[in-house]
Amino acid sequence: MAVTGAALERAAPRRRRRVSGATRLGVALFSPALVYIAALLGLPLVLAFLYSVGDVTVGSVGYEFVGLENFRSVVESPSFRRALVNSFVFTIASQVIVIVCANALALALRERFRGRGLVRFLILLPWVAPISLGAIGWKWILDSIYSVVNWVLAKMHLVNLFDPPMWLGRPALAMASVIAVHSWRMIPFSTVILLAGLTSIPKELPEAAAVDGAGFWRTHFEITLPMMRPIINVAVLFGVVFTFTDMTVVYILTRGGPYDSTQVLPSLAFQTGVLGSDLAEGAAISMFLVPILVAVAALMLRVAHRAEVV
Amino acid sequence: MAVVETRKLTKVFKKAEEGAVNDVDLVTRDGEFLVFLGPSGSGKSTLLRMIAGLEEPTRGDVLIGGDVVTDLPPRARGIAMVFQSYALYPHLSVEQNIGFPLKAHGVPKPKRRERVDWAASLLGIQHLLARKPRELSGGERQRVALARALVREPTVFLLDEPLSNLDAKLRASAREELTSFHKRVRTTTIYVTHDQVEAMSMGDRIVVLNKGIVRQIGTPHEVYDEPADTFVATFLGSPPMNLVEDTDFIAGFRPESVVPAEMVRGPSAPIRLRIRLVEFLGSERILHGVIDGGRFDGRKVVSRVATAASGGLGEGAAHDFAVPASEVKFFDRATGKRAAPRELSWR
Amino acid sequence: MGGPRRSPLTRLGRWLIVIGFAALLAFPFYWMAITTFKQTSDLYNVEHDPFVFNAAPTLDHLRLLFRETLFLRWFWNTTVAGAAVVAITLVLAVPAAWALARLTGRFGQQLGIGIFLTYLVPPTLLFIPMSRVVSWLGLQDTLWAIIVTYPTFTVPFSIWLLMGFFKAIPRDLEDAALVDGLTRFGAFVKLVIPISVSGILTVVIFSFTLVTQEFVYALTFISSAEHQTVGVGVPIYLVRGDVYYWGSLMAACLITSLPIAVVYNLFLDRFIAGFTVGAVK
Repeated sequence: MAVTGAALERAAPRRRRRVSGATRLGVALFSPALVYIAALLGLPLVLAFLYSVGDVTVGSVGYEFVGLENFRSVVESPSFRRALVNSFVFTIASQVIVIVCANALALALRERFRGRGLVRFLILLPWVAPISLGAIGWKWILDSIYSVVNWVLAKMHLVNLFDPPMWLGRPALAMASVIAVHSWRMIPFSTVILLAGLTSIPKELPEAAAVDGAGFWRTHFEITLPMMRPIINVAVLFGVVFTFTDMTVVYILTRGGPYDSTQVLPSLAFQTGVLGSDLAEGAAISMFLVPILVAVAALMLRVAHRAEVV
Repeated sequence: MAVVETRKLTKVFKKAEEGAVNDVDLVTRDGEFLVFLGPSGSGKSTLLRMIAGLEEPTRGDVLIGGDVVTDLPPRARGIAMVFQSYALYPHLSVEQNIGFPLKAHGVPKPKRRERVDWAASLLGIQHLLARKPRELSGGERQRVALARALVREPTVFLLDEPLSNLDAKLRASAREELTSFHKRVRTTTIYVTHDQVEAMSMGDRIVVLNKGIVRQIGTPHEVYDEPADTFVATFLGSPPMNLVEDTDFIAGFRPESVVPAEMVRGPSAPIRLRIRLVEFLGSERILHGVIDGGRFDGRKVVSRVATAASGGLGEGAAHDFAVPASEVKFFDRATGKRAAPRELSWR
Repeated sequence: MGGPRRSPLTRLGRWLIVIGFAALLAFPFYWMAITTFKQTSDLYNVEHDPFVFNAAPTLDHLRLLFRETLFLRWFWNTTVAGAAVVAITLVLAVPAAWALARLTGRFGQQLGIGIFLTYLVPPTLLFIPMSRVVSWLGLQDTLWAIIVTYPTFTVPFSIWLLMGFFKAIPRDLEDAALVDGLTRFGAFVKLVIPISVSGILTVVIFSFTLVTQEFVYALTFISSAEHQTVGVGVPIYLVRGDVYYWGSLMAACLITSLPIAVVYNLFLDRFIAGFTVGAVK
């Protein structure tokens, strides 16, 4: 008995070391990724904040804290106000279009049919092809002189071919075009996410509803749609992030023009901070993306949390 | 071959909670087939996993062949294990599965082949060697898992409910095979199950566990006939032992001990039962009754009687039964532990 | 065909939606194809019907693209950067994902969600400080600038994706490997990784396509045309001043997009599983 007791005491410290064995391996395997993320995501994030409250330009070496000075000057600039409003218009309009279209498309694609694979491939093209290339394709389609859209409209006698609408050259039309192209890009993404949600609804439920005498629309609005709520939330949250922070479509189609009419926050930040070399103001503009990101992250956590509880 | 020993082995998963396994002391005999039996959540699997080295003990030690192995990883313990799910490696063929432990221990290839063939022939699965696990039936998977455990000639076999994924018919023959297989190799084997039939039919000895505490260790006969407490008494046997509570003790007797009075010779306790329900099971009948009159009036008692001997026993009527005095076990009412025999007065 | 019987009207509506959207969404790619093979005189004539070949098809635009532009160079750059980003992503994400899925318990799960959220941090928030970091590292205007920075997107998403894969592996399998003679790390290398080939392949495809799709960092960090990737080189540097070589431009878009689309399509369901954050089970 005494031997056992002694052995126990000896075992205790050894054991504590060994308990951490698995954990230590875990830390060793995880830390390279953590270090990388901290260095190339965490550090720039901190810098972004520091720049937005300092006076840094591309050439400058020193750093001086200027408080909210950059934000003040940014907020006072008409370009910024325009971009802020545009960003919301751009995001809300395209997300409304995307969700409505994606819902319809997902419902239509729900049941298997011949050629579904090909249809899915075609529908996915805008999402999987590099967006900068897709956008340049649209730039050609919406060309000021050789636009195929105008040619068709002219054939239908809706526009005059010799004084066609400048899709990317008039403020309102340019905004509409940018929204349309971005929606074109996002519809496939939302569609496949919603499709994943649709296929996870047990087939018995719509069937039970049909047996109970509910028609297509009633089944859709009272059974299918409520059950898809969480997945629609996910699609919208990703959609908002990918839209609010995107500058590729705007940059390639219009460079923010004409007269800043399609300028959004990211493209303005690029123009100010990178092309204009004013790092501080550029960083300050980028900072306005943060509240949206934080809100989306919080909502995303709620979705993830709820999914786990269920 | 080796002896497995645990000393005050304890596992607490969450602090300030009851342990999953508490101060378990046990020693196997060399070459023994030892069964851990208990309901789900009794800690039997956790105990086995601590012996295997897959679970970290909170306190206590594990010894295999006399050496403390508590700090050794599973691979250094000379054990082999068969999992409930069989845990066959899905990307490897049967041959590679069986050869895996040898490869992991650096056995050269020609030798490996030889051992794999030996293990496969022992279990009669040579024709399956080229298949992948997903192409096997449940019974075949179980054999492959056994072959993989066997191939390294371990000092100890650990089996974690290896038959629970088989259907009822296959299970009976697998039981028999496992037993005869153990008789041939004579390797110390620890077998975890929640099924009392498996435990009774296969075990040299049974360790009955509940809530992480060892309730009794003994041969099938001992745990069945001389249960150490009311838990063991009711967990083993189907239907379970009848328990009748008195002021400071509990009297227990098995349903098969409750027989029509005219068939009992020698000292016995008479008992009058009003039969409520009769279940016909072919060779025997289960009679559900209540005691009629006396101090224990209205208590439920179950009797198991051979069909041939139960001719006149029908639902609704009261009959005289008797329990041979030697078949009545006594338990302390406060602790549930076995107590000394005493006079039982029914009136 | 299961499911409740639909009225012909509903079926017609479904077909209209499917065909309409497929046509609309794929149209730009059709247009790229037709533009690629049209003679320049045919392209730039307002009178011509743009949907048909009014003159014989030509390979002139392709010839121009391959012989007189940096397209092949960009294609090569993209391949090199893609391979490097894939390698870095695998080295960082595979062990990390397994560590989070297996070794750290509940804490790991929450850390995993935290890692996943960093995937939401957009390049347009970080490009300004990141360009400073890139120049500190002396990588500005080299392919290395994006090789080093792109894993900031691919690593978090890949960790998240792989965590799901690793968690789906029965714990018994890893335990069996431990009993059979491997160390924990050995079980990871010799058992977990071979079993997870399809998950790892998904990460490879995801990381590679991201390199072809990313625009903002490449545009910001790389200033000379010969170091660019296809995604920036084609829309920015194929344009000389205000002159657009539409034929070659569309050819480049089509040649780049189609292979990526085909490969991505094969792995789509797995990517989507990563995006649904467990809201679908």
